[in-house]
Amino acid sequence: MAQEKTKRKKQIQTLKKVMQFIGKHWLFLFLSILLGAVTVALRLYLPILIGDAVNFIVGKENVNFHGLFAILQTMAIIILLTAGAQWLMNICNNKITYQVVQDIREKAFRKLEILPLKYIDSHSYGEIVSRVIADVDQFADGLLMGFTQFFTGLVTILGTLVIMLTKNVGITVVVILVTPISLFVASFIARKTYMMFKLQSETRGEQTAFIDEMIGNQKVVQAFGHEKEAMEQFDAINNRLSSCSLNAIFFSSITNPSTRFVNSLVYTGVALTGAMAVVKGTLSVGDLTSLLSYANQYTKPFNEISGVVTELQNALACVARVFELIEEEAQTPDAVDAVEKTQVDGRVSLQNVNFSYVPEQKLIQNFSLKVKPGQRVAIVGPTGCGKTTIINLLMRFYDVNSGSIQVDGTDIRHMTRRSLRAGYGMVLQETWLKAGTIRENIIMGKPDATEDDILTAAKASHAHSFIKRLPNGYDTWIGEDGGSLSQGQKQLLCITRVMLCLPPMLILDEATSSIDTRTEIRIQKAFARMMEGRTSFIVAHRLSTIREADIILVMKDGNIIEQGNHETLLAQGGFYANLYQSQFSM
Amino acid sequence: MKKILKYLKDYRKESILAPLFKMLEASFELLIPLVVAAIIDTGIPNRDNSYIIRMCAIMIALGIIGLTCSLTAQYFSARAAVGFATKLRHALFSHIQSLSFTEMDTIGTSTLITRMTSDVNQVQSCVNMVLRLFLRSPFIVLGAMVMAFTIDWEAALVFVVTIPLLCIVVFGVMLVTMPLYKKVQAGLDKVLGITRENLTGARVIRAFNKEESEIRYFTNHNQLLTAMQVHVGKIAALTNPFTYIIINGAIVVLIYIGAVRVESGILLQGQVVALVNYMSQILVELIKMADLIVNITKSVACGDRIQSIFETETSISVTEKKEGWDKKETDSYAVEWDHVCLTYQGAGAESLTDINLKVRKGQTVGVIGGTGSGKTSLIHLIPRFYDVTKGTIKINGIDVRDYPIEELRRKIGIVMQKAVLFKGTIRENLLWGNKEATEEELWEALETAQAKEIVEGKEGGLDSNIAQGGKNLSGGQRQRFTIARALVRKPEILILDDSASALDYATDAKLRKAIRERKEQMTVFIVSQRTSSIQYADQIIVLDDGIAVGVGTHQELLQTCPVYQEIYYSQFPKEEQ
Repeated sequence: MAQEKTKRKKQIQTLKKVMQFIGKHWLFLFLSILLGAVTVALRLYLPILIGDAVNFIVGKENVNFHGLFAILQTMAIIILLTAGAQWLMNICNNKITYQVVQDIREKAFRKLEILPLKYIDSHSYGEIVSRVIADVDQFADGLLMGFTQFFTGLVTILGTLVIMLTKNVGITVVVILVTPISLFVASFIARKTYMMFKLQSETRGEQTAFIDEMIGNQKVVQAFGHEKEAMEQFDAINNRLSSCSLNAIFFSSITNPSTRFVNSLVYTGVALTGAMAVVKGTLSVGDLTSLLSYANQYTKPFNEISGVVTELQNALACVARVFELIEEEAQTPDAVDAVEKTQVDGRVSLQNVNFSYVPEQKLIQNFSLKVKPGQRVAIVGPTGCGKTTIINLLMRFYDVNSGSIQVDGTDIRHMTRRSLRAGYGMVLQETWLKAGTIRENIIMGKPDATEDDILTAAKASHAHSFIKRLPNGYDTWIGEDGGSLSQGQKQLLCITRVMLCLPPMLILDEATSSIDTRTEIRIQKAFARMMEGRTSFIVAHRLSTIREADIILVMKDGNIIEQGNHETLLAQGGFYANLYQSQFSM
Repeated sequence: MKKILKYLKDYRKESILAPLFKMLEASFELLIPLVVAAIIDTGIPNRDNSYIIRMCAIMIALGIIGLTCSLTAQYFSARAAVGFATKLRHALFSHIQSLSFTEMDTIGTSTLITRMTSDVNQVQSCVNMVLRLFLRSPFIVLGAMVMAFTIDWEAALVFVVTIPLLCIVVFGVMLVTMPLYKKVQAGLDKVLGITRENLTGARVIRAFNKEESEIRYFTNHNQLLTAMQVHVGKIAALTNPFTYIIINGAIVVLIYIGAVRVESGILLQGQVVALVNYMSQILVELIKMADLIVNITKSVACGDRIQSIFETETSISVTEKKEGWDKKETDSYAVEWDHVCLTYQGAGAESLTDINLKVRKGQTVGVIGGTGSGKTSLIHLIPRFYDVTKGTIKINGIDVRDYPIEELRRKIGIVMQKAVLFKGTIRENLLWGNKEATEEELWEALETAQAKEIVEGKEGGLDSNIAQGGKNLSGGQRQRFTIARALVRKPEILILDDSASALDYATDAKLRKAIRERKEQMTVFIVSQRTSSIQYADQIIVLDDGIAVGVGTHQELLQTCPVYQEIYYSQFPKEEQ
């Protein structure tokens, strides 16, 4: 029961949040409501006119054509007005719905840009994407339906009741007495199905994540002939989805027939009491006609509303997942007094830094390091020793647990992220390019770069020669994740990207690992020039790079075990010396 | 769209019963106006209260039967729709898996995901609606007309004019909106693409402080999408007002004609009421039908998009299992390239030109060359990720195209440049190599791949979890696990495509040593940028711009191949030799 309550509370909260988004479009909302009211009023007036018309047609040679014509004329005008108002209302509703959806999607996307990387690293892309796309889409459908039918439905019910009251109190009372049954049935079913829809939505998310993983890495799947197993796993999820979908769909679809049945009871009630009243002479046949058609119109909105309610439940479940994302805790915002450093000299120091991704597994402990401007720091060590962790900390993708990292003597937590990151040029091990032209990818860090700048940078990084051979040169469109470019070409582009900005500090994460050595040697020369006077951190295993470093950090198991330059470390005869010699051991 | 409907076949019973029961329900509904007319024309003039009560009882009975029919229909249609969607997703997933590298390169992952998820959902809800309504609505519309004819044929002519008119409006709107919905879906694809991109590239985007411009980019496309949706919505919103005008206009005419007929004594007052009732019933059904049509319009667009995936045939033709193909295997060469050329689809120039190379069983072959020189293309031809455009590749003396594809790939263990692992445990990932591998074999592979310590260092050992994409592992760890995975299958041919790039030299060296010491007689291909990795290979092939500029041993190439010399001396300056 308590669970039920919190669930309800959550639904109401979600609804409130949705209302905030809708509230922004109050003008359209106001128009929509106004037009809705007009439509409904006119629609309700029509049966009265029909009833009056029927009253003029009493029997053989007893038809009042004069009165009839007047009424038919009014009817024609009313019909046109109704249609016009309805059309405008539909347009307003469309506008509100899609605007709200646009706003929510945008808000979700904005959130993506400020979510801590911890969140992104620990959630599957497919699941997050499904929240921003599929869930929002479902919500749009529900909302639109809600708009077009919920409000007009309500007004129709109220309006009908009022008119019926003026016609005949007894019949109206019958109608009002039956109504709660209909409402009860609808809300009972809606409550039952909410959980089913939620389960469906979750299972869909799971399936999307699985598809993302398997289809996204199809090459590996095929190479290992893993298609059958993938298919089996897929089927397992698919079958689960199938059964929870069946539940959700069937049970929610009970609503309509059930309320329709209740409505037929209402209709019969009106026919019965109405006919009796006509027999008694307290009601005309025309009035009975319009009462019956009101009973129809009165019950129809219940059908619609209950349909809408289920759809809204589904929509709410979906949008709740989106809100969950939107309300996810963002990275700690820049401090109010954060400094915007436009010029950094490249002094970096780490003091007693402690860091771990999960509390149970300690990684970097009590680590201190002082780097003078222009110095080169090579980070070496066996794979998996935590080299990339240092990058995460330097760039402030993650915050240190204790201790501090300073650039130019300022704690990086007291700098704006923007200015900190602008101070670094980064080439990561995993190349990432956005769908767009080569040029767009190169100018990422410097959108106002001139053609000359771009060419100079591309030539310096030796990307120019392959770019100019592409079908459209610098304007060649490359697809998702670099599309048809080779790993090495992608890497060259990533280097060009940094080459263009030349920030005072560099972070190179095994940047040249996929580039052939002929090109690499040239790049390294360009790098050497680029690194001149720039503080650089290089995660590398190329001996030439390491040898030229001012400081070599030797890492193992997340800790710095040795620190010094090539000569002193070799002389020490420790871990580094071992590592170095092993290259020639075979 | 048509072709995907075949997945409904297994639900033939449900697909027939659902509309049938709906129709039953509808026929009971059609009787109601007649009952009401009877009350007005018989019960009221005769002041017969018991007749009225009897008629009302009939109405309630009709309601109960209607409810039962409708629930049955609802159940069958839900079953059919969900079952259909499940089958469709299964078929789609299976088809996508059969696509070769060439098609995957051109279609792109995010489109495939939308098609498998939101497109299929849309089609599912459409099938559900269609099954419930496609017979019911036309049946009521036509039924109402037939009933009108039984009352008075002249008045019924109004129905004959009205119904086609309604159809024109409804179908006209459908024709106009159909292509527009396709555009909307494409817009949604774009928005999805951007979202995905921003997740995969979160680090780079933040490093370059591109958050704001990415938001602008997204907002832009998001707004475009909204604009399109609003535009389509405007047109679709015409349906209801138009049908309203037509139906109610018809009612006006009907009342007039009715009045004339009553005046001349042909019709009764109650019968006019019944006629008007039938007309309003048409309106109710038409609104439903219009919804249905909008839904169908959207779904046909989605269905077509799904079908276009089905129509994308894999470019790798699968060989029918020929009897005795394996008996032809000879011992001559493990792998043999014979005048091989390769041109990628849509590419202007050849990526590999006239490659000739013979590799004996158990040999280690080094492949080296500049970026884009065709190293990966060369080895991707062995498991038929792409097919040659000229020449042949033979394994054990048989053209790779004559092998059943599973047999072929079972012979090969490949480690790709990009180290990909899957969500699950380490064990599950390793078993990809060979489902039947024993615990011992797994550890053996891990040891060779220099990954034993990593597993031992984990609390769960082999059963430790790997997050999606191996995100909880470092690049080097991932790479070693992918190597272990390939080794687990004990392949005849092992391909390491620059797969030690994230390993330090020491580990790389140990890895190569361990592979050499394995008991099986594997033929090994090592693609690398480092001469130290391939120096001791039995044969080295040097590629430059898709052409083999040198084949031989390290010593031979150092003497004869200028490209090789250049590469080697760039890594090992002469004075250190």
